[in-house]
Amino acid sequence: MQVKAADRTAPTHRSPPEHRTRPRRTPTRRWTSRKAQGLAYAAPTAVFVTVFFLLPLLLVGQMSLSDWPLLAGDRGVNAPENYTDAADSTLFWPAVRFTLLYTVIVTVVLLVLALLLALLVQEFRPGAGFFRTVYFLPSALGLASASLLFWGLYSPTTGPLSSILEGLGLVDDPVSFLGTSTSALLSTVFLIVWKFAGFYMLILLVGLQRIPHEVYEAARMDGASRGQIFRSITLPLLRPSLALCLLLCVTGSLLAFDQFFILTKGGPDNTTVTVVQLIYREAFQRLDLGTAAALSIMVLAVLLLLNVLQFRGLRRADES
Amino acid sequence: MLTRALGRTPYYVVAGGLAVIFLFPLVWNAWASVSGQPGTAQESGYGLGNYRTLLDYDAGLWRYLLNSTVVSALTVALTLGVSLLGGYAFARFDFPGKNLLFLLTLAILMVPYATLLIPLYVLLGRLHLQNSLVGLSLVLAMFQLPFATFMMRISFEAVPRELEESALVDGCGTAGALRRVLLPAVRPGLITVGLFAFLAAWNDFIAPLILISDSEKAPLPLAVANLRQQSMGAVDYGATEAGVVVLAVPCLLLFLLLQRHYIRGFMSGALKG
Repeated sequence: MQVKAADRTAPTHRSPPEHRTRPRRTPTRRWTSRKAQGLAYAAPTAVFVTVFFLLPLLLVGQMSLSDWPLLAGDRGVNAPENYTDAADSTLFWPAVRFTLLYTVIVTVVLLVLALLLALLVQEFRPGAGFFRTVYFLPSALGLASASLLFWGLYSPTTGPLSSILEGLGLVDDPVSFLGTSTSALLSTVFLIVWKFAGFYMLILLVGLQRIPHEVYEAARMDGASRGQIFRSITLPLLRPSLALCLLLCVTGSLLAFDQFFILTKGGPDNTTVTVVQLIYREAFQRLDLGTAAALSIMVLAVLLLLNVLQFRGLRRADES
Repeated sequence: MLTRALGRTPYYVVAGGLAVIFLFPLVWNAWASVSGQPGTAQESGYGLGNYRTLLDYDAGLWRYLLNSTVVSALTVALTLGVSLLGGYAFARFDFPGKNLLFLLTLAILMVPYATLLIPLYVLLGRLHLQNSLVGLSLVLAMFQLPFATFMMRISFEAVPRELEESALVDGCGTAGALRRVLLPAVRPGLITVGLFAFLAAWNDFIAPLILISDSEKAPLPLAVANLRQQSMGAVDYGATEAGVVVLAVPCLLLFLLLQRHYIRGFMSGALKG
């Protein structure tokens, strides 16, 4: 086993030894030094992963089982109160429900629109490159910047959207985009779709380009219609790319924070509080890091489960 | 010719209409940041009043720009350094724990941001890195590692082994081979990794929100969001819009300059899927 590994890794192994002027080292010593060098190059990664990933992961587990006020204080064992406290919070189930609702709406709207955009700019025509760039441009912005931008756009006093809708005769009074829970939700969805549609479009474009031309040509020879080609060739062959988008979109939406923190602050009446916002509030407004840690562990568990399920789905999509 | 042109018209109407919708918020924000609005420093006409408000707000725009620049530069440097060495190790060497370490690095992707930020807040306190730009950069670099390490490993694997073998035969150590032969070969990968790390660090909001408590040390996105939140009653939309422009311009410029490398990043993501 070890000898095999040495064969595979020592790059000087295949070079003829006559070329070397230095005394030849034995294969074993060369292999050992190679191994040590590999470890040395990987050491910074190992330190980073241990200190900033594994250690915090262990710590959050410990915190979730302890009484852990934000400032120094009693840190005795407190299991499982943090978990029951978190689940008992009046905002817990509303936040879970809202996060799920938001995730479903964003995922459906975003993926459908991204697919339409990708199909629209897929073929080369004059201007297609320009349109791709324009649709992608919002993705270059940060989520916080985009949220601040839309906060101004939605403003009932200085924002232009209200006056545009009034000018078109669609509404009579200034629209309060963030005023009710439904309009706040839909306004946030609009922001997210604007910000991310181009990003998912690009992933789908890469997927579309990997479908061989011959497949389309063969289908056209057989007299398939555009709809038939889309349903029985494009969609199935695009499934891995669509699955990747789905994974990214669902994970991202379940962890939504910036957009609601900036646009709605959870309002009106705490109707747009997401789960991550709840974690933030428990930790830094109610100053209870233990409960925040318990909530974090629950989110982690749900996401791990979801990732496992989706990776299975991805693999099946790859196999088919 | 005419029929072909007519056939194209619906395409250009739909694609053009969508382009207007996608461009409108960006153009409007740029315009609004220099145009007059009641209750802002730019009451009427066009000018840079909103930018002047931003310049003098709290610790001052220059301070926030400096903070953002320091955090982004440190994050990019850390990410590039660690992923260059790590990518080399994962692509070219065999050592005990190699696969475990690679899987652990990728596993960072599976753990939600919020789950890690709460204990990191406590941990950085113990390391005396709380409320510090260095601590923030270390955390941001850690979140970049899965993509960066994956990308650099692919880049190294794409380089033919013969290239570095000849350098090794000529008496270079592995470090010499890395510096003289491999570094130029993996430059496109480094640019991609650096670009993504810069954008992530420049734009990140929740990590500084949790890890930075001193407004003197806030990076720009946090400062602009605070500017909006602190001015209750008299909301200064104009200064916020100016802040968004300052935040967005470097991102848009970098994207337009380095589009090719963006696509490369997506390609590696798609290949993985």
